[in-house]
Amino acid sequence: MLPNLPRENLLDLLRRMFVIRHFEENLVALHDKGVFGGHYHLYVGQEGTGVPAISCLRSDDYLFTTHRNHGHLLARGVEPKRLFAEILGRADGLNKGKGGSFHSVAPSLGFLHSSGVVAGIIPLSTGTAYAAKAQKNGRVTVCLFGDGSLEEGAAPEALNLASLYKLPVLFLCENNGKYGAGRAAAAAQSSTMAAYPLTDLPKAYKVPAQQIDGIDAGLVHSTTAEAVEKIRRGEGPQFVEAQTVRYPGSETNWPTVPQPTDTSLAWDVSGVPEKAREWYRSCDPLLIYIREMVEGNQAGKDQVAAMERQVKTEIAAAVEFAVNSPYPKPESAERDFFA
Amino acid sequence: MELAYYQAKFEALEEIMAADERVHLINGTFLSLSPHRHVYQNLKSKYGERMISPPISELGFCGLATGAAMAGLRPIVDLSTGSFIYEAWPQVANEAANAYSMSGGQTRVPVVFHLFHGLRGGGAAQHSGSPQAMLWNCPGLEIAIPSSPRDVKGLLKTAVSTDNPTIFVDHTRLLDTRGEVPENDKPIPFGVADVKRQGSDVTLIATSYTVQLALQAAAKLARENIDVEVIDPRTLVPFDLAAILSSIEKTHRVVIADETHQSCGVAAEIAARIAETGFDKLKTRIRRVSTLDVPVPYSPPLEAHIGPSESRIIDAVRAAVA
Repeated sequence: MLPNLPRENLLDLLRRMFVIRHFEENLVALHDKGVFGGHYHLYVGQEGTGVPAISCLRSDDYLFTTHRNHGHLLARGVEPKRLFAEILGRADGLNKGKGGSFHSVAPSLGFLHSSGVVAGIIPLSTGTAYAAKAQKNGRVTVCLFGDGSLEEGAAPEALNLASLYKLPVLFLCENNGKYGAGRAAAAAQSSTMAAYPLTDLPKAYKVPAQQIDGIDAGLVHSTTAEAVEKIRRGEGPQFVEAQTVRYPGSETNWPTVPQPTDTSLAWDVSGVPEKAREWYRSCDPLLIYIREMVEGNQAGKDQVAAMERQVKTEIAAAVEFAVNSPYPKPESAERDFFA
Repeated sequence: MELAYYQAKFEALEEIMAADERVHLINGTFLSLSPHRHVYQNLKSKYGERMISPPISELGFCGLATGAAMAGLRPIVDLSTGSFIYEAWPQVANEAANAYSMSGGQTRVPVVFHLFHGLRGGGAAQHSGSPQAMLWNCPGLEIAIPSSPRDVKGLLKTAVSTDNPTIFVDHTRLLDTRGEVPENDKPIPFGVADVKRQGSDVTLIATSYTVQLALQAAAKLARENIDVEVIDPRTLVPFDLAAILSSIEKTHRVVIADETHQSCGVAAEIAARIAETGFDKLKTRIRRVSTLDVPVPYSPPLEAHIGPSESRIIDAVRAAVA
């Protein structure tokens, strides 16, 4: 279902989902052309979680994310051209080319640090929450990580600390292995946890936890909004596991685009390669959201298509910007590692 | 005023807590298990709301402190026994040390990780670690390593005030050392070595508790008319190589005494830097007195055998002037 929000906001969320989708489809193309070489991870397929969840936050809240951070940063409003430039290792990158895909940050938007060690941010998120509590500024921290992060010891240690000190932090676990793909095809989840459902782990530490459908933007929005409100009221940490179905382009070691996205796919997937067709038919949160917008009379098909065209144009310009941005001066590698 | 080391350290903590409400203390064995540890309770009664005693969760609470530093607090985390920092390695070496660089100079991490390193008497292999050499191999961390009451006070103040993650390397065998600490003493800037004893024959570089051993050794060697200059770098990062080179200019002989294990240890790095930049000043080879490359054994004579003792330092200095 759609989030219970005014039409204007619903359109804004749609626009952000388009930005993420077309950003990453272009990123795959850039990589395949050899424009950048490092490894990277796609957020495609999880837009229905990150976009509505992040829209529930205050502008001064803190967010932490992992190697799978592009979607979170873009959902919060990072300029696509600066993120492209960072991933391409250019001087105009968000982090001046020092971080890359894994570590892109935007402190002015609350993203202080993105860790490529999957559970690294979970203890850190208790720290900003601890600081916010000490400073009594009402800021909430949202820690965005995947199901695999719970396998590292840092996760239970941080859950314990958050619970003991009633810290204002939302642990938003994005489990993109709902039907099993990637690491554990045919299993119920891509993580390998004896604690199952995953919410058993936070519950053991008395952190209230729930499992929701992460493809359902409306449910993600209402659940996150409620959790954030409880946290801001001083009720301590909350844990939400949002389940999504892994994007077929993320099943391979290096990301691929099985089918370039287009609004028309929301009603006709007959042209999609057969292996990926079911995902586009029933698991793609963007296409589901488009259908709901149109069928719920929140937007016309033409309007959505026009929005998509506009986003594509903007993304093309952002790519152009990044490709033309110079590499940082080699000597800059020797600077700025101490404040 | 003459103070015991533990008193100077405690004064520093008190003054830091009073001066800056952004400072929080995470865990509280800053005076180890020494008989003086009760004085810490005084702090708790005044600043309890800025002090927590976390669970045995080094990885978790080092991460908490690092995150809190990113959000503007200035936490001092006590890891107690130095070896325990291995439990927190991912947060210290992979998150805190890298955050400022990875973010392109945007995210500052003014956290202090405090620990007691080294041979303490019966610590055996898992409670006698000197992780400062490994940490020196992680660019992005500052490392302070005091050896006197005046230094522990002045360096701790600077550690809290810098915007970088700082490892504060202490030694329980120093806690009862006495020394002069001027009232209203200024914080000691990082990267400034201190000549602990002036001399003309041999430059003896020492850190932490080995500075005390070096001073004892120097006093004995003076009776043999060997005039030893003892230099304490006080911080490993930043490192004051210039002070050492200017001493070598005078003595042309170097001995380095330090408690990290010999291979890739603190003495190894200092020796390499001297060899690279001051080789032409040397009249004899550089000598190291380090902890032998074995896991630290428990039994007292075994432990004494592997550490940088006064007699090993004396032997090395005699060899250097022979």
